[in-house]
Amino acid sequence: MRLKRKDILSIEELSKDEIELILSTAESFKEVSERDIKKVPTLRGRTIINLFYEASTRTRTSFEIAAKRMSADAINISTSSSSVVKGETLKDTAKNLEAMNPDCIVLRHPSSGAPEILAKYVKCSVINAGDGSHEHPSQALLDMLTVKERFGKIEGLNITIVGDIAHSRVARSNIYGFTKLGAKVTVVGPPTMMPSGIENIGCSVSNRIEDAISNADVIMMLRIQLERHEVPLFPTIREYSRLFGLDSKKLETAKKDVVILHPGPINRGVEISPEIADGPYSLILDQVKNGVAVRMALFYLLLGGSRE
Amino acid sequence: MNRLLIRGGRVIDPINDRDGLFDIYVIGEKIAAVKPVKGFEGSRGQGVKGGKLEPSNPGTLEPFIEDDWTVIDAAGLLVCPGFIDMHTHLREPGYEYKETIKTGTMAAAAGGFTSIACMANTEPVNDNASVTRYILKKAQEEGIVNVCSVGAVSKGLKGETLAEIGELREAGCVAISDDGRPVMNSGLMRLAMEYAKQFNILVISHCEDTGLSSEGAMNEGFVATKLGLKGIPSASEAIMVARDIFLAELTGARLHIAHVSTKGAVELIRVAKKRGVNVTAEITPHHFTLTDEAVIGYNTNAKMNPPLRTGQDIEALKQGLKDGTIDVIATDHAPQDSVSKDIEFDRAANGIVGLETALPLCLKIVAENVISLSELVKRLSSNPARLLGLDSKGSLKVGDDADIAIFDIDREWAVDSKKLKSKSKNTPFDTWKMKGKVVKTIVGGKVVWSEPTVSA
Repeated sequence: MRLKRKDILSIEELSKDEIELILSTAESFKEVSERDIKKVPTLRGRTIINLFYEASTRTRTSFEIAAKRMSADAINISTSSSSVVKGETLKDTAKNLEAMNPDCIVLRHPSSGAPEILAKYVKCSVINAGDGSHEHPSQALLDMLTVKERFGKIEGLNITIVGDIAHSRVARSNIYGFTKLGAKVTVVGPPTMMPSGIENIGCSVSNRIEDAISNADVIMMLRIQLERHEVPLFPTIREYSRLFGLDSKKLETAKKDVVILHPGPINRGVEISPEIADGPYSLILDQVKNGVAVRMALFYLLLGGSRE
Repeated sequence: MNRLLIRGGRVIDPINDRDGLFDIYVIGEKIAAVKPVKGFEGSRGQGVKGGKLEPSNPGTLEPFIEDDWTVIDAAGLLVCPGFIDMHTHLREPGYEYKETIKTGTMAAAAGGFTSIACMANTEPVNDNASVTRYILKKAQEEGIVNVCSVGAVSKGLKGETLAEIGELREAGCVAISDDGRPVMNSGLMRLAMEYAKQFNILVISHCEDTGLSSEGAMNEGFVATKLGLKGIPSASEAIMVARDIFLAELTGARLHIAHVSTKGAVELIRVAKKRGVNVTAEITPHHFTLTDEAVIGYNTNAKMNPPLRTGQDIEALKQGLKDGTIDVIATDHAPQDSVSKDIEFDRAANGIVGLETALPLCLKIVAENVISLSELVKRLSSNPARLLGLDSKGSLKVGDDADIAIFDIDREWAVDSKKLKSKSKNTPFDTWKMKGKVVKTIVGGKVVWSEPTVSA
């Protein structure tokens, strides 16, 4: 099986079947990372460029490891966004990279829509590794994989996403992904962090974390991205943490088998208290582990080659 | 002397209450005579039956016509006073790589515009008489159509202190505006209006509360949420429209609201007009044609300020045209080079070119019965002429300037951005099928644009 598309730009554009194919492929790749020799020859001779215009440790490393475990040649380019302003346009960068004949470009970019622009200019595959406040499809896929592993299914689950929904690409991708697979998604945050018309994507909206915890199977806490706020969207971190931070007291009303996700990096003590982040409900490190498998699956399904 | 006869066309000249088959005689730069086509005498509606035009009468030629008259056969065509665009960015001086006075006026001619008013956000800013004189001199030398200059409200468009409005007026500015940037300081806007009043010069306001719109890249709403782009709420326009209406009331200045895009703003202007406030308003063809959904796919040619709004706003703009709340259709022709547009959406420059696509988009709403042809000609020609104080324009009576647009209301064509006369190609209407095309544009009695005859 292959994905019948050149690029992975968003979860919005993926069908339920495509998402399920990616998740089941990822499940089968998890085993590779458990081996002594963590490498399969599947993508030998393929070139993957990780083009990151924003700081990233987890996502970039995860894509790089995924590429290498598939035997592809991975090249990392990190450019700070300030040099983008002065430097060549994305179109020129795209054409230059294209001239070196890569098979796939993984793009992280501060501007929403940048991967879509890049994909128009290059013949190779493009994977969106997070664009502005738009989408972060591989993150949502690894979140779905993590939830699916724990509950054996996604359909019928209640997913609560808490934080700065307006600026969160993780939230958008997860709303699309989980609702496509039949879960019910509720987003929670102060009205200043709630983008206009978000409910039309197919989720419910709440301004009280307490209300959205009691029936949640999954609580996903988003990082407060102070760097994306021109002016603070809440009075103080202390107040935000009191109203929307997840601690053991707020978790008292939760279901016994609730799980906590966080895309990282965590602001300990802000959106999530340390005892929760490190506690038994937390699947945060499973997410990271699954990230590699999901990205291996994406490379495989886009770049093909027969699996042995 | 130049002698031109435009024969047998349907003349729409609302100021002079004409809509019928007339021959127009031009001598030199002026209209010399307007005579009903034989058999269609009478002042109104003659020769137009059921919306269809009767063929022109071959016996029209007057005996005094001799060989030295150039004859344009306008049978089956519409003839009206040339369009006047109150809102154009010609980019010269300073941004000649986007547009020049020459290319911008060529685009104007191709779109049927015989006069255009160019905004002050050039480099240097048109905030003093020497820049105005430079623009007008350059326009005299290289311009294809008439160019009027709009001076700045504030020095350097900075919104801090007044520009030399008196001298700008003397040098020939027909209005003042900080267009592109709102005058955020209400005290300064009050001063500008008070000061402008003594010269009876029009104050054109770009209404936007930057505290609300800051960093916004498109209309705030579901589409922006889906695309992950920062939105500009419609309140950012309405709030400033309300402020400027109250300031116009306070000062008695002539206020003109540029590129109205929201329902809220239309409603405020309607109420203000009823109250007798000296306020007028314009809308652009793109704002009444496209919604924010045009941005989907991160199409930077759908990025402009104010942004494309919603279907509800479009309905309100059309209603405003219908009931007279909106006085003028202007293009906000804003050429941008490809480097400014062919980039990430949030980094891309605002604006689209509009001169060459305005007429067919306007004719679409005529076809939808939003307004009549005669009301359209008012919005495109006679109203802007009156607002800018261009007394001998926007009208085709004897002695007026022979600035004339001749167009074929039925001609179908497809927009090809590469073929636009404008130096920049940033249009969201590329490949659109259009109906209605300017076939001749006449400025001061001279034909400055002729549509190449179609072979197909």
